[in-house]
Amino acid sequence: MARYDNILDLIGNTPLVDVSPLSPNPQVQILVKLEGMNPGGSVKDRVALSLVEDAEKRGVLEPGATLIESSSGNTGIGLALVCRARGYHLKVVLPTNVSIERRQLLEIFGAEVIESPGSEGSNGAVRLVRALAAEHPEWVFLYQYGNPANPRAHYEGTGPEIWRDCPEVTHFVAGLGTSGTLLGVGRYLKEQNPEVKVWAVEPPTGEMVDGLRNLDDGYVPPIFEDEGGEQLLDMKTVVSPLDSIVFTRRLAELGIFSGISTGAAFAGAVRCAGRIERGTIVVLSPDAGWKYLSTGAWTDPLDEVVERAKKVIYF
Amino acid sequence: MAVEVRLPTLLRQAAAGQPSVRLDGATVGDILQELVAAYPGLGGQVLTEDGSLHRFVNVYLNDDDVRYLDKLDTKVGEGDVLSILPAVAGG
Repeated sequence: MARYDNILDLIGNTPLVDVSPLSPNPQVQILVKLEGMNPGGSVKDRVALSLVEDAEKRGVLEPGATLIESSSGNTGIGLALVCRARGYHLKVVLPTNVSIERRQLLEIFGAEVIESPGSEGSNGAVRLVRALAAEHPEWVFLYQYGNPANPRAHYEGTGPEIWRDCPEVTHFVAGLGTSGTLLGVGRYLKEQNPEVKVWAVEPPTGEMVDGLRNLDDGYVPPIFEDEGGEQLLDMKTVVSPLDSIVFTRRLAELGIFSGISTGAAFAGAVRCAGRIERGTIVVLSPDAGWKYLSTGAWTDPLDEVVERAKKVIYF
Repeated sequence: MAVEVRLPTLLRQAAAGQPSVRLDGATVGDILQELVAAYPGLGGQVLTEDGSLHRFVNVYLNDDDVRYLDKLDTKVGEGDVLSILPAVAGG
């Protein structure tokens, strides 16, 4: 039955769709898990619900509490949705260089947006939220980058769903943002079958973080180090904005309307398919294309879209 | 082996403003040692005192992060591109 008591009950159980016609290797099947089907529109609904429910269990969230978090968009939107449904207030530290739709969705769900400098990317947002949280102990800071409830959402949800729907999986490919998806799904799948390989995909980060002063402004999420991310991953590969847009468009040709980070992850999956003899790749699509219509990703001339993508955070 | 090393904006100042440099070596470690020998200002930024990769730096051989290849022992070939990028968050 498709009748629910609460919008949050729709989080998870996302579909897996075969997109093998785009595989460069006929011996390699590729399936994409469509996290854009979550009610807040992204994989981060899972993380948001997990962070809030964990905090409720630990007794750190009083009714009507105010939360603060930094996000390049999707975690903020997911948290805003969960906070709306549960009666909490939310402040989101958001870099200025994210798509307008991300900001609009935060406002629709009633979150207060605090801007951080776009030239410092998500690293700048993390620095600002930590300073604000330290100044305001009355706000609850769940810190997605350092909270084990983030990867746990994937260890208990996303990973088991993939194993249930595709036990023949040989490779899991996903974008690296907080590392929560890769850690949780990767660990779960390797526990079921130690032969499963885990690939991380990143965008090239240079131009988006010109405001960083030196490498000490760099950032590795604490959960990645705490949970042995470097030992868990089998490969980490970087995908250009051009390839990200090209594969976002190719997915649309199959009727899959995805966000730009999906195009990046998919380009990584295609690279993986080209390097292995045979297998089944599951690639995670963090969100659908709706929030990126303003970028012209599907319709504007490719070179213009690529130049624009270099200046917008899409992970 | 001559390899092109691409530098992120925040490291270029220490390398006379160049976006990339060409260096010789057989492994990623050789190339990075050559790099900091040529531009001592990059020393503490790329490699730590004990010669390992700085925690907040990612080095890609062509497209792949060398931490998941053979780290600093990863072999390089003629025409390869080594890109140095700061570690950043998403999400």
